[in-house]
Amino acid sequence: MVESKPMQTASMKSARRLLTALSVGLGLALASPVMAAEGQHEAKDISFSFEGPFGLFDRAQLQRGFQVYKEICSACHSLSLVRFRNLGDPGGPSFPEDQVKALAAEYQITDGPNSDGEMFERPGLPSDALPSPYPNDNAARAANGGALPPDLSLITKSRPGWFGTWRQLVDNIGGPQYVYSVLTGYEEPPADLAASAPPGTHYNPYFAAGPWIGMPKPLNDGQVTYEDGTEATVDQMARDVSAFLAWAAEPKMEQRKQLGFQVLIYMIILTVLLYFTKQKIWSRIKH
Amino acid sequence: MSGGHSTYEPKTGIEKWLDQRLPIVRLAHDQAFAFPTPRNLNYFWTFGGILAIFLVIQIITGITLVMHYTPNTGLAFNSVEHIMRDVNYGWLIRYMHANGASFFFIAVYLHIFRGLYYGSYKAPREVLWIIGVIIYLVMMATAFMGYVLPWGQMSFWGAKVITNLFSAIPFVGDSIVTWLWGGFSVDNATLQRFFALHYLLPFVLAGLVALHIWALHVPGNNNPTGVEVKSVQDTVPFHPYYTMKDAFAIMAFLVVFALFVFYIPNYLGHAVNYEPADPLKTPAHIVPEWYFLPFYAILRSIPDKLLGVLAMFGAIVVLFFLPWLDTSKVKSCNYRPIYRQFFWLLAIDAVVLGYVGSRPPEGIWVTIGQIGTVYYFLHFLVILPVVGLIEKPKPLPASISESVLGKAGKTQPQPAE
Repeated sequence: MVESKPMQTASMKSARRLLTALSVGLGLALASPVMAAEGQHEAKDISFSFEGPFGLFDRAQLQRGFQVYKEICSACHSLSLVRFRNLGDPGGPSFPEDQVKALAAEYQITDGPNSDGEMFERPGLPSDALPSPYPNDNAARAANGGALPPDLSLITKSRPGWFGTWRQLVDNIGGPQYVYSVLTGYEEPPADLAASAPPGTHYNPYFAAGPWIGMPKPLNDGQVTYEDGTEATVDQMARDVSAFLAWAAEPKMEQRKQLGFQVLIYMIILTVLLYFTKQKIWSRIKH
Repeated sequence: MSGGHSTYEPKTGIEKWLDQRLPIVRLAHDQAFAFPTPRNLNYFWTFGGILAIFLVIQIITGITLVMHYTPNTGLAFNSVEHIMRDVNYGWLIRYMHANGASFFFIAVYLHIFRGLYYGSYKAPREVLWIIGVIIYLVMMATAFMGYVLPWGQMSFWGAKVITNLFSAIPFVGDSIVTWLWGGFSVDNATLQRFFALHYLLPFVLAGLVALHIWALHVPGNNNPTGVEVKSVQDTVPFHPYYTMKDAFAIMAFLVVFALFVFYIPNYLGHAVNYEPADPLKTPAHIVPEWYFLPFYAILRSIPDKLLGVLAMFGAIVVLFFLPWLDTSKVKSCNYRPIYRQFFWLLAIDAVVLGYVGSRPPEGIWVTIGQIGTVYYFLHFLVILPVVGLIEKPKPLPASISESVLGKAGKTQPQPAE
């Protein structure tokens, strides 16, 4: 056994080197290659409760965020992939069932046709999707000076906040931070750019298709009145609604992380047991 | 088959009865249990098993996804979100399938580079290697069409860019593109045919994998010394030695896979693909999935479109000729001091090309991409044949058992060859 070592270590070493080099190479190559637009600022790196492998949503924050969406954003932005019942789902804002029903009933939904062939209005049900503010995209553009307010259902997954393979691996894509940064990123335009502002736009260097954004600064201090007494500063509202939209984009995040933990514990134990079984079997022969 | 005659002995009446009619238990016994396998395989030989597992994972999760997915340009994107939101554990199935594609390619690249390093493509394994390259091609086609199905922005524009490559073919290019699209743009007809083919090709893959294993089991495994099996001493039965070693490696690989699925499920994708396809809005950067990036870099490093397309396909076609381009009689790079350095250069070149493929085609990246492309072809067409002729390989062990049981060789006289 002792004498066989040199041969074995040589081949083991080259095998290990091969593995290391290839995995480093792959790690670098496994980029989701995202690039910043010209002159775009990276998102502000604020912290959220739902970051990291054990991070969960803050229920109160999601509820406040929904309030901001409902009272401010929903005037122009749809959230068409979210249904009222989702607002009561575990892992989300978890509004009580009666509150979800009452909330849905505040809206009039067009349904039909009924047995007479007529469309009719009825109060919303928990199974309805959140109604869109405009009947179609053209109506939305017409009402917003030609700019289309995007649907917000997936906004935190479709917009990277920062760029670069490593950063995205460690900090994820930063979509919620992107939303926060745009909401709080309205600035006076630099003097050399001010003249080139397209009409009806505002300067926001965090905006992905920017720096000129059609949306006027949407949040102002005290614009909503939080039921839990939290002070409704622009910063607070922006954080809350970004967290809410992160949930709207990935409503199964808590279930995913919790199940993942259990699965990984199981798999790691099984892997260790398999390793020792394999060692025991191979110890019978020289190799 | 290597290892000679069948060692299967039917014990029960029903086994004897079946063995005379359909010797399927004999097949399983000879090919999966008793199969004589070199005793010195390292962990790079576990990726074959890992790949088989991933093909199964992709087929099972894929069929489950199809139960809820709708291949229609107006419905596809929302049907995927329906899977993510409303289907029980739909998010898990979809994230497994999406990340499974990436891990399939990680495993296949390690498997291919293993073959390159240890010379597994050389006689008598040329057919095994060629079937492997065909599997790789079909995998790429399957993955490309699968990425189109969610009908996000990158799905649509990726499909547009790649199918447009065929327009470079002289005279008939535009007609071919129209034929591929089933219309005059990437539209519903394109999505539906991609869906049909994406469902079909994995079963073609399964058939090719069966051929690949057949072609493996005729000459038997290569091994880290590259010296062929010479006696029973050199081998161990596949079960339990390699079933257990593979099981451990598969599980360890699945742990890494699970980390991605559960904790960074979107890391390997493109954020912009969570935006529905919009034919009127071109994304700022159209980039393929990471596993295509080296070829994308080769495509873009040649200014002429037709030549770029030819170079891209040539980069894969050249692999078919590898067994005859390599002039060295020695298989394993462990005994090839010069070629081993070039092997690593090729590995670095592939990573560099991958990185260049992810950058915008501007400035220094174009130059680096061109150097990388030239090296890629230089490696296979010049370095590989020439080094084999001039290199003086290190002395090979007389046999696998000598390399493993070296002590026996030193204490007892080795039998003459």
